[in-house]
Amino acid sequence: MADQTLPTNAWPANAAPSDLISPGRKRLGRALMAIATLGLLAVIAVQILYKTEVDTIGFETWRPVVYAYVLWGVALGIGQVLTRGEDGQRALFLLPALLFTIAMVIFPTLFGFYIALTDWNLSSFSGRKFNGLNNFWQMLADPYYRNALFNMVLYVLAVLVEYVIAFGLALLLNAQIRARKFFRVVFLLPLMLSPVAVSWMIGKSLMEYRFGPAAALARQLGWENPAFFSNPITARISIMVLDAWTFIPFMMIMLLAGLQAMSREVLEAARVDGANAWQTFWQVIFPLMLPVSVTAIILRIIFKLKLADIIITVTSGGPGGATDSVSSFIYREYRDRSNVGYGTMLAMAYLIIIIVFVTWLLKFANRFVRNVN
Amino acid sequence: MSVQTTDYAASEIRSPASFFANRVFIYGALVFWAFICLFPIYWTITTSFKTAVDVTQGHLIPFVDFRPDWKGWRSLGLSPDAIFRTSTVRDEFIKRFMNSVITSVGASSLAIVIGSLAAYGLTRYRYHFAWFKNEDISFFFLSQLILPPVVLALPFLVLYREVGMLDTRIGLILLYTLMVLPIVIWIMRDQFNSIPVELEEAALVDGLSIWGAFFRIVMPIALPGMVAAFILAMVLCWNEYFFAALLTSTDAKTIPVMVASQTGSQGINWWSMAALATAAITPLAVIGIALERYLIMGMTAGAVK
Repeated sequence: MADQTLPTNAWPANAAPSDLISPGRKRLGRALMAIATLGLLAVIAVQILYKTEVDTIGFETWRPVVYAYVLWGVALGIGQVLTRGEDGQRALFLLPALLFTIAMVIFPTLFGFYIALTDWNLSSFSGRKFNGLNNFWQMLADPYYRNALFNMVLYVLAVLVEYVIAFGLALLLNAQIRARKFFRVVFLLPLMLSPVAVSWMIGKSLMEYRFGPAAALARQLGWENPAFFSNPITARISIMVLDAWTFIPFMMIMLLAGLQAMSREVLEAARVDGANAWQTFWQVIFPLMLPVSVTAIILRIIFKLKLADIIITVTSGGPGGATDSVSSFIYREYRDRSNVGYGTMLAMAYLIIIIVFVTWLLKFANRFVRNVN
Repeated sequence: MSVQTTDYAASEIRSPASFFANRVFIYGALVFWAFICLFPIYWTITTSFKTAVDVTQGHLIPFVDFRPDWKGWRSLGLSPDAIFRTSTVRDEFIKRFMNSVITSVGASSLAIVIGSLAAYGLTRYRYHFAWFKNEDISFFFLSQLILPPVVLALPFLVLYREVGMLDTRIGLILLYTLMVLPIVIWIMRDQFNSIPVELEEAALVDGLSIWGAFFRIVMPIALPGMVAAFILAMVLCWNEYFFAALLTSTDAKTIPVMVASQTGSQGINWWSMAALATAAITPLAVIGIALERYLIMGMTAGAVK
């Protein structure tokens, strides 16, 4: 991987040509990288042999392998600078983030695909057993997982409602008002607060059936039996409301930035042409805001797909799994049953669904924006 | 929806009455939403000063409806009369609080360092990793944003157990860094793109090395962006629950996990719960209000071209 990093001196022009580096220094760098790589492989090999009980020399845990990887990364960086001079220094900017992300994402994900194919219960003594696609067939027949996926569709659709509210708030903040900064800070506040703490307080006490003010208000408004979390439909809506409360400010701020970046002349021109406020909004503001809107909605959907903490704390998926998101379902699958193999299979299936969905979404959004404008 | 044009269009054309109605609508809507944002916070803070009776009777206004009581804070060991006495709950709380501080500051700092470096490299130089070019590398980093925590959670649970990093702060820091890294790179790329290349070229001519130019010239200019990215990362890390709930048990538990695990055997102690929630949200509320400008800057980076 290392010697394929070849910055094509686009900038700056005065980069040191690589032939200024003495052959001795190059040899030293290569030797360092080679030794480091061999060292890393040796540590891994020793550890594998120890864990499979082929030999008796080794470490209790795999942690030395982590240290070896870090050392290997450092040696790789030094080697780059030694062998390639300024080009190596440039590669050094990217190297830490790249090595970090590869170690933290690629390897665990691949490992995850392997776990997904095993029957592995952490609480049982039998350890892991490879069982091929059994988890997959079990998943296809699992009504709770299907229900969780269906809930995710509903939760994602709720983003559109959040978007309408966020757009309205952004318009309000962009109007000629006093105390704009005060309102902006207040509207932003929900985003900064811990969703767990807040959903605890809102979901479990503000919306509490007997004495919560929200329940009292609902009774005043004529809802006889304001149990927010006992009926599947109201429970889902309550979860959506709790989540919206936290994340509406996020979309609002992006839309507000879009509104503020809009040129005054366009609006002025619309006014001169005799458009009323309604027409101005639909024919000028809304189309101009489309790119920002699409970005905000897509980012929000990406965050929505990770929804878990509110559901885990407030309903734990209840009543009867009706409010479960995929994440909270898998969380309980592990917490209640320690079923790592099956849980990972569910997670991996979800990952693939998400990748397909988001790719489609990005394509669709691109085409949509281009067609309208 | 008539908001946009109110100031310069409607006010000139329409009658004063309609203008007035418009104002009332705007301020009405603003106050209504401010109420929605603030009431849950108000409820949380006031509940921490209530006794059981006040909670169950739904009293709302301190001094009028009910007499404030330190009960909730006393149960945390943080009330004025309990603060100098030893309290196991307070020790526990401070431990969790410090865990939260260390993990979120540690992860944000680490993400800022490696994220800024990567973002700088990607905006200034051309890389080829095998068949990957700059755009592909950028996409690789940003695509991590899509990755849901569940996908990594269980493999990491197993890996951390093997590596001996389960229930450690360093384990959480590494995962949180991974979680905020795409956002940091996104913000910092935007930031470095707005800095003219000529500045560094001049610095290089003056004899600074590439890294010298980065530290002496570019870093100071990009500092506001770094603060913005740092604040945003802090918010995300401080509020993170999923990984913390799965990967920590006794030593490295953070505040959100402590909050979520408060359902005792004899029901819920609303007052102590509320006090704990207040303590959990206060630090970020203060930081957020004080540095709101940076938070907005971070969130809108790259959104508007």
